[in-house]
Amino acid sequence: MSLIQEARAREGMLAQPGTAPQPAAWSVTEQPWAWAVAALLLIMPLIANGFFLIEIFGTTLILGTIALSLMFLAGYGGMVSLMQLTIAGFAGYMVAVFGVSGNANISLGWPWWLATPTALVLAVLFGTLGGALAVRTEGIYTIMITLAIGAAFYYFTNQNWAIFNGHTGINTIATPHFIGIDWRSDIAFYYLTLAVAVACYGVVLYLSRAPFGLALQGVRDNPRRMAALGFNVNAHRIAAYAFAALIAGLGGVLQVWNYRQISPGSVAVERCIDILIVAVVGGVTRPVGAYIGAFIFVMLRTFALDFLVKVGLDGNRFRLLIGLGFLAIVFWSSDGVIGLYERWRKRGQHRDTRPGGHGHG
Amino acid sequence: MSRFIERQPIWSLVILLAIALFTWLIFAVWPPGLEDAIGRKKVFLSAVFNGITLGGLYFLVASGFTLIFGLMRNVNLAHGSLYLFGGYVGYGISAATGSWILAFVVAFVVVAAIGILLQFLVFRRMEGQDLRQTMVTIGLSIVFADLMLWAFGGDFYQIQTPAWLIGPVQLPLMTAMKSSGEAVFLQYPLVRLVIFCGSVVIGVLMWLALNRTRVGMIVRAGVDDREILAATGVHIQLVFVLVFALGAGLAGIAGVVGGTFQSISPGEDTRFLLASLVVVIVGGMGSIPGAALGALIIGLAEQLGSVYIPTYAIVVTFLIMVLVLALRPQGLLARR
Repeated sequence: MSLIQEARAREGMLAQPGTAPQPAAWSVTEQPWAWAVAALLLIMPLIANGFFLIEIFGTTLILGTIALSLMFLAGYGGMVSLMQLTIAGFAGYMVAVFGVSGNANISLGWPWWLATPTALVLAVLFGTLGGALAVRTEGIYTIMITLAIGAAFYYFTNQNWAIFNGHTGINTIATPHFIGIDWRSDIAFYYLTLAVAVACYGVVLYLSRAPFGLALQGVRDNPRRMAALGFNVNAHRIAAYAFAALIAGLGGVLQVWNYRQISPGSVAVERCIDILIVAVVGGVTRPVGAYIGAFIFVMLRTFALDFLVKVGLDGNRFRLLIGLGFLAIVFWSSDGVIGLYERWRKRGQHRDTRPGGHGHG
Repeated sequence: MSRFIERQPIWSLVILLAIALFTWLIFAVWPPGLEDAIGRKKVFLSAVFNGITLGGLYFLVASGFTLIFGLMRNVNLAHGSLYLFGGYVGYGISAATGSWILAFVVAFVVVAAIGILLQFLVFRRMEGQDLRQTMVTIGLSIVFADLMLWAFGGDFYQIQTPAWLIGPVQLPLMTAMKSSGEAVFLQYPLVRLVIFCGSVVIGVLMWLALNRTRVGMIVRAGVDDREILAATGVHIQLVFVLVFALGAGLAGIAGVVGGTFQSISPGEDTRFLLASLVVVIVGGMGSIPGAALGALIIGLAEQLGSVYIPTYAIVVTFLIMVLVLALRPQGLLARR
């Protein structure tokens, strides 16, 4: 847990000077960047066309939401789970199995308002059971067990034809139409993903200060002390897994509506690790890190090919670039891009305050 | 052993009965009713042998993994990449020189050298930071996978089995009785048996080295408490490098073995990483006998599963892992 604790400690040091003007944290003057981004996201359909709107921003929001579930577990619970994408993929598969799709022999053909909640409930169940397994051991073992769960699910979808239709997967999955709107049309779908992402982000922010979130952070920092105080450590951890599974499941449902198909490739081990990369690159101490990481990842994935060709390299080396970038982040900034930004801001503050301090002295 | 029976009489009985049933299934001539119910004995015996030999391969991969984990608390998620790279190196050598034995030697040395470099350049800098080391191994596995895809492409490679190992051998195990009363014996590929014996020998050597030599004593002491070991004046960095080299080299050898009896291609790294994870979780983390037991169980479960319940085979493997985690979270043979 050193990675997170280290970053926490640094954040704690950062927070001390700025504790006085707490009430103004949400005002425009305190957080101009946050408000600018929020406004930009709201009017995005006016600026971006279909490709950018869905392929870049829509995908970023979906990926970010799945990564947010990992951020919640890793940042507040100290549990690095590699199965979050598996849960998302499971939710996607369940939408395909219970809902309407091109594979009539598999899909049950339920309407979306029945299939989607069922998928979410099953995803939460899956995540809770996986979590209950993972909390049997501690720390570093969590990664091993959740990775084993993710990989086992991938191989299972590959070899099972009765439910998951083997390696071809399930295609032409129906997307919801209601109140006269096709929710898969570009602008409607963008606002749908935005709404889900904002809701998840808000709930995670709220939970981080709610009694449950605080107890979870206590469990992360010192499970034995929390147990001695009368908290049920494992129950808190499993509850965290369940909540994270709900977020991941929402992301998975959106993802399957976005691509309209799902196959074992969507839940491959590489994809699971991508989610870890997104969360770590963004920074796991703040919920917003997941979305920043997702944006960087999607931009790289979309434009790396053109960029690599332009500088005279083989365009297929996208994953090499991602891997090296991830290594660099793990090596130099334990808190991802957020950590880098905060270090940079701190340096700026030092430059501002130091002359003043000298003047007084 | 006797203490285990004293403490867990019911479990001992269950295990004993299971072993007895299994032995009977292997050696007895099956009555007709049984053949009708679960198919021919030949299919069952082949699956069992495939499972045991696959277990040998899994043991080679997982023993390196568990050794590294036990001593350094480093969950080396790049272990699958080392396996795959060993396979490619072995293929290159055997294609160039035609020598199968040389392929093993070179694969061991080259992959062990990579292990030394990794320990020296990367992991030594972040000692004691488990999570960060694991993250780094994830990053490395991505980089390695892409570099290997770049260098070797997406093709399947198979390492040529040497001429003296080609062909089946007859085992003294009856698969059926002909109507004339003549017994039919099981035919099994020689190369898989030889490789299995090889992995047993390696396992026994490792056990001896760990339990009967001074270096082994140091390594075992390091597994228990590395700070105290370092405090007694042992040059622990050297021990780390040695163990990492051995673990990586074993993965390299396993790559050659895997390339001989299956094939090597991108994606195999993940498959064998999963196998080592499950084997180590089942057997007990950091324990060599645990890795052997886990490898045997998982190999058998995988092969028997793929014969009798083909579309749910992986679930059997997974259920075994779940069962072990539920009943004995530290693994079957771990101490603690």
